[in-house]
Amino acid sequence: MSIELKHITKKFGEVTAVNRVSFTVNEGELVGLLGPSGGGKTTVLRMIAGLEMPTEGDVLIRGQRVNDVSVQQRNIGFVFQSYALFKTMNVFHNIAFGLKVKKWRKADILARVMELLELFGLGGLEKRYPHQLSGGQRQRVAIARALAPKPSVLLLDEPFGAVDAKIRQELREWLVTLHHELNVTTIFVTHDQEEAMEVSNRIVIFSRGNLEQIGAPREVYEQPSNEFVARFVGVMNVLETEVRGGVARANELEFPAHGQPDGARLRIGFRPYAVQVSPDLAMYPYRAVLRHTFFLGVLLRLEFELASGLIIRSRMTKEDYAQLGLADDREVSLQIRNFRVLAREGAELPPEQIAVKEAPPTLGEGI
Amino acid sequence: MAGIVTKRNHAGRAQSQRGTEESPWAKWTLISIAMAFCLVFLLLPLVNVFAQAFAKGWAHYGQALTHPDSWAAIKLTLLVAAISVPLNVLFGLAAAWAIAKFEFRGKSLLITLIDLPFSVSPVVAGLMFVVLFGLQGFFGEWLNDRDLRIIFAVPGITLATIFVTFPFVARELIPVMQATGTEQEQAALTLGANGWQTFWHVTLPSVKWGLIYGIILCNARAMGEFGAVSVVSGHITGQTDTMPLRVEKLYNEYQGPAAFAVASLLALLALVTLGIKTFLEWKQAREFGWAQQAPVPASERDTDFVTRENLG
Repeated sequence: MSIELKHITKKFGEVTAVNRVSFTVNEGELVGLLGPSGGGKTTVLRMIAGLEMPTEGDVLIRGQRVNDVSVQQRNIGFVFQSYALFKTMNVFHNIAFGLKVKKWRKADILARVMELLELFGLGGLEKRYPHQLSGGQRQRVAIARALAPKPSVLLLDEPFGAVDAKIRQELREWLVTLHHELNVTTIFVTHDQEEAMEVSNRIVIFSRGNLEQIGAPREVYEQPSNEFVARFVGVMNVLETEVRGGVARANELEFPAHGQPDGARLRIGFRPYAVQVSPDLAMYPYRAVLRHTFFLGVLLRLEFELASGLIIRSRMTKEDYAQLGLADDREVSLQIRNFRVLAREGAELPPEQIAVKEAPPTLGEGI
Repeated sequence: MAGIVTKRNHAGRAQSQRGTEESPWAKWTLISIAMAFCLVFLLLPLVNVFAQAFAKGWAHYGQALTHPDSWAAIKLTLLVAAISVPLNVLFGLAAAWAIAKFEFRGKSLLITLIDLPFSVSPVVAGLMFVVLFGLQGFFGEWLNDRDLRIIFAVPGITLATIFVTFPFVARELIPVMQATGTEQEQAALTLGANGWQTFWHVTLPSVKWGLIYGIILCNARAMGEFGAVSVVSGHITGQTDTMPLRVEKLYNEYQGPAAFAVASLLALLALVTLGIKTFLEWKQAREFGWAQQAPVPASERDTDFVTRENLG
């Protein structure tokens, strides 16, 4: 089921929650709406569902304008952030509700509910009430209930927000598998960029009601269209520099800035993986001390302090860390392989630039 | 109303015992004072009502109740309750729905208005209707021309009763509906339910206990109301006397046993109301308190589900 939003604006009184947003979701896609809270992504989801009416613009489902089509007739499955299970009904009746109101035959309802209970690993729980379920079970009941009437599109609002951090990761993978199995067009809202990157085919990034960028996770990460996206998706070191003699400087760091007039101020950003480190102090131009190592699991996050006191962040795998013989307070040399000149918010970003003449293959590349 | 709220909080009650250990002496003194008070001011008078009612035996008791005028009063009381309670259920649901589920101008005004009958003396409430619909009242002439009687007739008694009992259902429902929010209803809509199905299958069951509770209180007050009804009724024996009015009249006519016989019926209603209320609270606590007693078994925690291959 393809979904198209055309110049959608939503105002709540004086406040513009969504500002002229347009994008298309293709049949069978798994799309994440990503942005900080208050960015308008939940409002967009609710407008697709028909729970909110756009102030301006059109919502199209399979090319048909559905602005005037009621929630009931849009044939969508909606999973609320708090799950909104019917607390006076047990699991069976929760899942069966959508089928009952659609006047399915009793035998068909029974068969469909049993099929979903099986698929969602909820067998034996059909007589439980929502308050007798764990958080993850509630979530699965909510998704099963939304999918029961075979909706053409599944909408999920912060699906993993209310689940323990420990199982969130596993449930993400499960959602991807589920989507793969059922192949139903799915749109979900999240404020967690990692979650969006991992789960989605494509990401739509919102900030303060505006659509900032839409693209595949890798595309958005590698070619952010503006500073907001660059900083929101993934980690970025950002420096204020001043140009002198075609070189932008921040403390001892230098970046080529050909054609820029003297005195111009440039904001420069680079990803942690662009930082190349060597224990050989003569290898790279800048001296730094490793101040902190944070263990994130497979990856380590490192904070280096340059001789001038400037802090820059880097990442590498455990193996690279061991191979380089790094440890806290160890002195190293480093360089920044590539960087971006950041434009003001909303403006197009110029492409990434190479900061060093020849860029040898680095350890920890692509992180 | 505050008493109702705290009483329902069963978990809180159990915890508070631990924190407030007193010496046995203080404990038993307090308990004795409370018990003595209840005995003297509540239980004794209640027992006395029944003792007086049966003072001249069962036969006399039966006669007193089946006396045409008393019987008429009983029937009138039932009729008034049968009209005013359903209407107040309707108004109460609508008002609670509006307040709990929508944002609009004048919402706090509406909440204040709902409480008005609690703060206005019932006599004043009765007088308001006399001023509006009485012969010398605002609509008096207009009604008289069309031969419509409201004051000193059943419609007036019903109106006064509705006014006095208006807050009960709404007051009970508002906190319940506010706590429930609107997401369950929205979920029902996304699943294809129309407004009526949503109300019937989702909204109503979730406020069921509050609603029943409100109805019971509303009914008890509707049958027992004296002040407001007294002003608008006109006290026409056998026609506009409700049970409380009938009790007063019999008592003033020195027919003690007959007065107490009718009074015992009202007292019985109060006892039944209390009984049902207690039962409902117990049942509600059982239904919703179960979660604390029966946690999700460790074998069914989420991690099991994820590690098992459920999608294969």
